[in-house]
Amino acid sequence: MVKSNDLILRTMTVLIAFILFGFAVYLLLAGHNAPGGGFIGGLMTAAAILLMYMAYGTTTANKILPINYRILITVGLIIAVGTGVGSFIFGQPFMSQTFDYYHFPLFGELELATALIFDLGVYLTVIGVTMTIVLTISNDRE
Amino acid sequence: MISNLTILPVLIPLIAGIIATLFHKKLTLVRIFSQVSTIISTIVASYVFYYVIQNGTLVLESGDWMAPYGIVLVGDLLSVTLVLTTNIVALAAVFYAPYSLSDEQESFYFYTFYFLLISGVSGAFITGDLFNLFVFFEVLLMASYALIILGGGKVQLRESIKYVLINLFSSMLFVTTIAFLYSVVGTVNMAQIGQRVSEVNQSGILTTIAFLLFFVFGTKAALFPLYYWLPRPYIAPNPVISALFGALLTKVGIYSIFRVFTIIFVHETAITHQFFIWIAAFTLIFGVIGALSTNNIKLIVAYNIIPAVGFMIAGIGIYNETALSGAVYYLVNDMIIKAALFLLVGAIAYLAGTSDLRKMKGLIHHYPMLGWLLFISAFVLAGVPPFSGFIGKLLILQGAIEANEIIITIIGLLVSLLILFSVMRIFIQGFWGEKDAAIVPNKPLARKLMLPVAFLISFSVFLGIGAEWFYPITEEIGNNLMNPELYIKSVLKE
Repeated sequence: MVKSNDLILRTMTVLIAFILFGFAVYLLLAGHNAPGGGFIGGLMTAAAILLMYMAYGTTTANKILPINYRILITVGLIIAVGTGVGSFIFGQPFMSQTFDYYHFPLFGELELATALIFDLGVYLTVIGVTMTIVLTISNDRE
Repeated sequence: MISNLTILPVLIPLIAGIIATLFHKKLTLVRIFSQVSTIISTIVASYVFYYVIQNGTLVLESGDWMAPYGIVLVGDLLSVTLVLTTNIVALAAVFYAPYSLSDEQESFYFYTFYFLLISGVSGAFITGDLFNLFVFFEVLLMASYALIILGGGKVQLRESIKYVLINLFSSMLFVTTIAFLYSVVGTVNMAQIGQRVSEVNQSGILTTIAFLLFFVFGTKAALFPLYYWLPRPYIAPNPVISALFGALLTKVGIYSIFRVFTIIFVHETAITHQFFIWIAAFTLIFGVIGALSTNNIKLIVAYNIIPAVGFMIAGIGIYNETALSGAVYYLVNDMIIKAALFLLVGAIAYLAGTSDLRKMKGLIHHYPMLGWLLFISAFVLAGVPPFSGFIGKLLILQGAIEANEIIITIIGLLVSLLILFSVMRIFIQGFWGEKDAAIVPNKPLARKLMLPVAFLISFSVFLGIGAEWFYPITEEIGNNLMNPELYIKSVLKE
């Protein structure tokens, strides 16, 4: 890799990637009954990871995040389909969802929904797909 | 929750496809896994079929959302019959694949895309929601895009461009048409659309929308004059992939026409269904001319998809119980025999080293079984009694005479003869004649390739000889199709 002079990009990436990750997780958690969701959260996370790839180069980014994105697709899909199948165990129709309220020490009363697990599956799949596509195209010249 | 049975034929291939990605490079493991999964899926599909015969239509309201609001999956007799047939075709394909595909092609996620294709096709057969039908169309198309390009040969790349473009265009039109329909009737649930269209007696713009939908499905099903894209992309990939395409993809288009034009748009049959008969006549004639025009054995089989589709459209165009049950019989028969033929000519082309008919001769000396399998399948395809093609055609033509559609009857009979001739040419030119000394016979491979074909053909023969058992089922399907209120009632539960 050519040594580049992109101090501004690198400095800002630290900040922006952090904000992007945080916002992505917020979108993922809000998704099932407010604007957001696994898909958009996953895209945003992928954007953050991509920014790190652009700023620090493939070798460094691979070292920070040693993830096989194709496996991530599989894991995401298994989780997403699994939530659908999970309703079989409880004798409910396919893809049934449920939710309940729990008390958490720091946040107080919070709603937890099984839709969130499905969203998590979508989230992982979207990250996996996006990163696989982008990295495949970017590695093309080798 | 027994209604969950409905989704299983979609879910099992989907899960199998996902799991197969985990060890896609370990060929022995992924083969055995895929074969076992397909067998399980077939057993489950058989059980669903049996259950529906015993207990009537299965309706799954996914996520426990009530019928017109949520997405429903409807396993009625037609759907489950086609799902079971799909699984039988898939079963033959999965046992053929290891001997036909190169190791590289197999390890490049062949089994995953194969399972996604099966899942998409089963989903399209089962869904009771027009938009969901579009989604499943996309699922199976995505898988087919990947399969057609598998291996990345030059021909495949060229043909896939055509294939992808035409399908993207028709999918775009499909979703636009659904939007039109939604803006008129305010629902995408097929049963409710049917109910509402009948309330306004299919007035105004609804017939136009019907034709747009027909255009979309006609493109997928390769009807005249929209078939031009079909033959060459279908022969570009490996035979096992061609077989899946030829057996399943166009049939999903036909199934959609069956559904939409028996549940929803049934009030202007003088315009719509009469038009289908004309389209069917042209599809029959031009399809069979295509099949006669070429010396490439794979193209002969690919062109033979088109007249077969013509027969089914004739069945829906004639629109009486006899013709419809005949069309369903023919549809099931055609799925199986087209898969068998594609696998068979794939084996012939591989063993003879060429797919050009002029360069082949005397194969019967080396591969007698292969020759006789082709001979039988030509008879099945053309509809010679007692094979299953005969029963379907007989019912369609009987329905045509009942409805006083004499022209289509005559065209149908003549085209059947030409179909027989087009496939017999492979037998006469390829298998008769002097022994070709240049061919070194590979008997063990031939045996392995023939086994799945023999399975499909024996099933097809069974379907013909056992018509006594199968006819009541198709008759009931025909009866259900003629009485859309049965479907609507079972979905909306009113």
